[in-house]
Amino acid sequence: MHEFAAAFATALRLIGTLDPDLVEIVGLSLRVSLSAVLAAALVGLPLGAALAAFRFPGRRVVVVALNAMMGLPPVVVGLVLYLLLSRSGPFGALGLLFTPAAMIAAQAVLITPIVAALTRQTVEDLLVEYDDLLRVLGTGPFHTIATLLMEARVSLATTVLAGFGRASAEVGAVMIVGGNIDHVTRVMTTAIALETSKGDLPLALGLGLILIVLSLAVNAAVSIIRDSARGSFV
Amino acid sequence: MLRRTFIAAAVAVAALSALPQAAPAADRFITVASTTSTEDSGLFKYLLPLFTAKTGVEVRVVSKGTGQAIDMARRGDADVLLVHHKPSEEKFVAEGYGVRRLPVMYNDFVVVGPKGDPAGIRGLKDVSKALARVAGAKAPFVSRGDDSGTHKAEQALWKAAGIDPAAAPGGWYKALGQGMGATLNAAAAMDAYTVADRGTWLSFKNRAGLDVVVEGDQRLFNQYGVILANPQKFPHIKAADGQAFIDWLVSSDGQKAIADFKINGDRLFFPNANEPGA
Repeated sequence: MHEFAAAFATALRLIGTLDPDLVEIVGLSLRVSLSAVLAAALVGLPLGAALAAFRFPGRRVVVVALNAMMGLPPVVVGLVLYLLLSRSGPFGALGLLFTPAAMIAAQAVLITPIVAALTRQTVEDLLVEYDDLLRVLGTGPFHTIATLLMEARVSLATTVLAGFGRASAEVGAVMIVGGNIDHVTRVMTTAIALETSKGDLPLALGLGLILIVLSLAVNAAVSIIRDSARGSFV
Repeated sequence: MLRRTFIAAAVAVAALSALPQAAPAADRFITVASTTSTEDSGLFKYLLPLFTAKTGVEVRVVSKGTGQAIDMARRGDADVLLVHHKPSEEKFVAEGYGVRRLPVMYNDFVVVGPKGDPAGIRGLKDVSKALARVAGAKAPFVSRGDDSGTHKAEQALWKAAGIDPAAAPGGWYKALGQGMGATLNAAAAMDAYTVADRGTWLSFKNRAGLDVVVEGDQRLFNQYGVILANPQKFPHIKAADGQAFIDWLVSSDGQKAIADFKINGDRLFFPNANEPGA
């Protein structure tokens, strides 16, 4: 399987020479996925905590729906967003189609349910311990959510990482709303799809290797933070 | 202490990368809907910087199959359309979505197939006869199946041979619904025949056992046309810059640039903007 050896060599060459195209694509990929994760966390974390902490009619339906949305097909999300952002669509005047902003939106839509659903589960488990305490203290809703998120922050780090993983691995939605435009909306995954299309399999595989290493680096960084967090409790 | 520094740094990186990049001073660009054959062959990577250097207008190409590119232009999501199916292009203009269709360049389609050539069509000059033999031998054949210019051309060839391959029993005909590169990958993996445009074929790197088996038939002629989206229908269209791009493509500069694009000494596209009937 000479393609794997060639892929490894290609990846090393691209990284070693700091290939400008590669740097540009990696930069854009990080920018898009990190922005999407930020947006998803801002919405999903409080939403998940609220769902766990508060009771309201229809809560079970919302929980089930949120869990189901973790499996939203990316290509469908991309298509729907394309139709919404298209010039002949309702939000066409914003001119967001084929820009990184559209890609961030698509990824955010995909990972917010993941973040929210996993947060809900994590906080629900936490409430077993904290429910009585919070009731006794009589904390208001905002404080409740803030406290719960703060207490669960180490576990929630994994949740956010899951969101980042899903976002950076995604290709269907960003291909449709981004258009894989050279130097504008080409990210790691769409570049891999393009090189595969051109039959340059070693290059595609090499880019894939780099993407995996990138993901490892992000996860390693968070792990270091988490470990030192645990250390400080001792 | 270390942890806080780390977290602060991580948040800073995330925040910085979330900021929208500063827009370049001359932020002029047009959006061109084009085909996978022009993108995958590397033509645009070569051609577009020349236009941008001359005019300062960036060209953003979204490449899909011809059918999808036309649909995109119909929605007003493209300033310029550059595809290769004349009947569809003329319909686009006739329906008022485009201003005018101009010929730009041509190349040809080829039939590629496995070196073993189970249908025995290598060297045939009549492509429809060759396809008939493929059907007769029930040899594996993969089709773009995606409403692209190449797909429509392939369908026309089957029709000329009087065969409906999708209805043929035996499962030898496989419609993939993919771009040219992906289809060639599949043909290489399945040792199947397929119709490809010469541009993508020449720049394709995963040929495995595939080779050109049929070429040269007049019906394999592949003409590319360019159209400006109608600014009266789509007021937001960048008509001036889009027209500038079209003007450059058909000018002697643009035509020469197209002719100069070669891979391993082979020319991929032949400029013919000065052929009025093309």
